[in-house]
Amino acid sequence: MRPGEAARRSSSWLAIRKELPGRRPTVLKAMAFVLPLVVWSAVSYLPFLWHPMMKVTDPGGSGFLQVGDRLPKAEFAAENSRLTAGGGRPAAGVPANPIFLPAPHEVARALYTGFTNEPVRPGEPWLHQSLGHSVRIIFWGFTLAALIGVPLGLLCGTFGLFSRLVEPFTDFIRYMPAPAFGALAVAVLGIADAPKVAIIFIGTYFQMVLVVANTTRQFDASLIEAAQTLGARRSKLLTRVIVPGILPNLYNDLRILLGWAWTYLIVAELIGATSGISYFIQQQGKYRNYDKVFAGIIVIGVVGLVTDQVLAYLARHLFPWQGTGLSPRERRVHRWLAALRRRAPLLTPSPSAASGAVGTARNVAAD
Amino acid sequence: MSRPIDLPDYRRPPAAVSARMERIRGRPVVLEARGLTKTFDAPAGAITALTGIDLTIHRREFVCVIGPSGCGKSTLIRLVAGLEEPSGGSIALEGREVHGPGPGRGMVFQSYTLFPWLTVRGNVEFGLRMTGHKPNRAAEEAAHWIELVGLSRFADAYPSQLSGGMKQRVAIARALANEPRILLMDEPFGALDAQTRCQMQGYLLEIWQNVEVTILFITHDLDEAVYLGDRIVVLDAQPGRVREVIEVPLTRPRVTDQFLDPYFLATRYHIEELIHSPTGRRPEALAVRASSALAQEVL
Repeated sequence: MRPGEAARRSSSWLAIRKELPGRRPTVLKAMAFVLPLVVWSAVSYLPFLWHPMMKVTDPGGSGFLQVGDRLPKAEFAAENSRLTAGGGRPAAGVPANPIFLPAPHEVARALYTGFTNEPVRPGEPWLHQSLGHSVRIIFWGFTLAALIGVPLGLLCGTFGLFSRLVEPFTDFIRYMPAPAFGALAVAVLGIADAPKVAIIFIGTYFQMVLVVANTTRQFDASLIEAAQTLGARRSKLLTRVIVPGILPNLYNDLRILLGWAWTYLIVAELIGATSGISYFIQQQGKYRNYDKVFAGIIVIGVVGLVTDQVLAYLARHLFPWQGTGLSPRERRVHRWLAALRRRAPLLTPSPSAASGAVGTARNVAAD
Repeated sequence: MSRPIDLPDYRRPPAAVSARMERIRGRPVVLEARGLTKTFDAPAGAITALTGIDLTIHRREFVCVIGPSGCGKSTLIRLVAGLEEPSGGSIALEGREVHGPGPGRGMVFQSYTLFPWLTVRGNVEFGLRMTGHKPNRAAEEAAHWIELVGLSRFADAYPSQLSGGMKQRVAIARALANEPRILLMDEPFGALDAQTRCQMQGYLLEIWQNVEVTILFITHDLDEAVYLGDRIVVLDAQPGRVREVIEVPLTRPRVTDQFLDPYFLATRYHIEELIHSPTGRRPEALAVRASSALAQEVL
């Protein structure tokens, strides 16, 4: 190894605004999930790391200790010295973590049983039923917000008339926390799912109008001018230029707002007749089943992450012109989609055959 | 500044050129601007960008507009395109007064302005669809124009996959597909490297020669203006107004050898004098001492 090479190599871990070489990005991505798990496991399985409590395995002569009780080590020692002083049999126990920090395997078991075992209490929803209910609430709240919010945001970003008329009031309401409308929503919409959908709607709609309006306003004005010199009039400018032009950004906006919807879900499900995944979490918290609490929280995280990743992956195929580097596999999918589009006359009105497939060549040639 | 070599008078062109200019003047007028004025509101009061611009362009004429930065070149072409409303004066296209943008005046911008979500084909079809062509007809027309600019192989490529020169060829094809009465070009090659620019100038002349179109071309490049134009409108800055209209004393078809033509040099020299000896104040001098030892070293 030449002198300096080692230094260059090690410094490339911290190269400013450069992608890491080789497999490092993949490894780091995996580490992002593995490292927290390692820390959690270490705290859970290595007694000398934390374990501030004693879990009673044998109450001995104690009148109030019971098997499975957890109490701070100092209190446990005090109880034992009291017992031995009185001539009684000391209690036995093992070091343990507080009940609110279950070990990974306990949470994994709770996750598994949540989906496979019938709930202990009759009439209680299964984990997947709770989750399904939550997803339905989010879907309707978010869809309604998007159906009204996106077109209105587009109009606000395009026409001064709508911007002046709609945005100030929207801005005003945006500052009111959505949960504050809970009592009102129940009074108006009853205690079933409607007020919950309303909370999701209120939480996302007002943001959406403003965010979409802003995205629309940032659209390159010179493209609008170019379209005008090509003969496009008002309605076509909106439908053929502004809408397709902002679509990728709009898509990203909605992706971010969908994340917000999950935040409001927790509040929405606790008003009126409580239900859904957050009710599940709250109930299990009441029964001190913290393994199930963790399971519920993790399920929300996984659903959010998977949704977001799927949407991000879809975006690269929906907006192939965006020129972000596609992997070879993605390029195949894209070529396949393009071929499909060429074959479906409804999707492309142009009958002319491709005179040379260059769809994926980037910066093909300098002329 | 004294002239280093003897150059002919640019106002006395060869007979062939005079005859050609005479023929052009005999053709119908495509674009006529009368008393064009544009003022912008600014915090410190109104700014006059252009004042009293008169401009007459005949059929299949190639007119270049040149001037110092801030002389309102771009404002002028934007007024003609209808992207800005004039504060005074009028613009007529083939005798009819026009307001607002329209497909009769195609425009090519310096910043390409291709629609990134459409392929080359989609971009060229865009204007045809907007002007009411049926999809089949639009596709045929588009294929023709794409072939004309030599990009048939790239018809399905997206703009982000093209080089700067290719993008600008698509922009030209897109504007021409509508068969505009006049093609407005706002420093179209300004963002290209010198070699590509030279190549594009050749392409443009070739296209113009073979397509029924009149061109108004804005540039800040003297050589480009003289090489391309039949006439050159030299603008003055602050306020922008016409300083002189020069008939380029060069024969057509233009070839790159003409860069060394005495008439070329004479015209170029004259425009340079016009632009660099403005009627207003002189540019600020740099704060360097010319007599320093460092300066002596390079002599």
